[in-house]
Amino acid sequence: MVVCSLLRGPFRRYFTLNLYMSMSFLVSVGRYFVFTQHGLMSSEYIYFYYYSDAILTICLYFALMGLYAIVFEELGAALRLRVFMMLLLIGTTLFSYSVVHQSEARILTHYIVEISQNLYFVGLVLTYVLWAALLKLRESRVRVIQIVLSLGVYFSINAANYALHNAYPSLRVIWEYLPPVAGMLLPVAWIYAFVRFDEDARLTPARLAVMPR
Amino acid sequence: MMAGVILVFSVAALMQFFVSYCRSLIAASSRRELSPDVQDVIGIERGAKGEDFERVMQFLHLCPERREDRNGIQAIGAYFRLLGAVGKTVGAILPALRVWTESERSQCAYFVAVALDRRIAYSRDMLADQMSA
Repeated sequence: MVVCSLLRGPFRRYFTLNLYMSMSFLVSVGRYFVFTQHGLMSSEYIYFYYYSDAILTICLYFALMGLYAIVFEELGAALRLRVFMMLLLIGTTLFSYSVVHQSEARILTHYIVEISQNLYFVGLVLTYVLWAALLKLRESRVRVIQIVLSLGVYFSINAANYALHNAYPSLRVIWEYLPPVAGMLLPVAWIYAFVRFDEDARLTPARLAVMPR
Repeated sequence: MMAGVILVFSVAALMQFFVSYCRSLIAASSRRELSPDVQDVIGIERGAKGEDFERVMQFLHLCPERREDRNGIQAIGAYFRLLGAVGKTVGAILPALRVWTESERSQCAYFVAVALDRRIAYSRDMLADQMSA
């Protein structure tokens, strides 16, 4: 995706998305390295996996901020939105910490599952708000619409998956296999949006709403 | 408790985002007209029906694959099956929903017809290149 946007021009415009993809690539290399050195069930790999996932989620927040800036650039509210989202990010982290701090079993991995669940959920809510804003502002750029919708699908799968992990730890067969499937989604959907559509390609957003508007 | 609430909300949002994403894929193809050759082969002119989907997919599998449309076709295939399941279950209770799912399924069929049109054009171009080489 980074190569696609470099070749086709919109690298700077979608800088935060490219930053996330680059980080995702580096984290995958790091995970592979730790996996080959220590094995799948080692505590090193488990810690690295969950911590890198939390870092990637924070990078995805920056990507979401970039999308907010693109959608609201004409309204001049991008800076206020960024400040609000940063405060939300800090608030979510503190809230997750306080939830785990009050529990009897203060395990670090429990904290990281809790924070990931909450970060994905807040990301999902923010994406939902952005999608509602796209419909309200009649944003018609196909590329922006597809990127936001695929991000919504990604956040919902991961939020649901972490919630399932937290609520039903015995359903390992589901929550263990969903993240790799979801992980494929963003690069594929974003590459499709970059390769298939120009920045000027348009469609009527009201046609996409599940509830007719 | 909180995990349960997040789970329910996330699944509901997932359905909504997935439907809208698939519709955004379909919307890009719905404005495109099918070439007369493809209309003759598959017997679809402007509009398609949900039942045409499987037949058009069989034609699609006969053509050389294009990497660009593979993921879109898979996503629409999943959307088509989801619509079929919803139409048969919830649609049996709510007739309006069944009508909506059928209209969506027909758009899915039109999407794959447009993909077939592109693949045929792509195969022709490839053949022409080989002949001229």
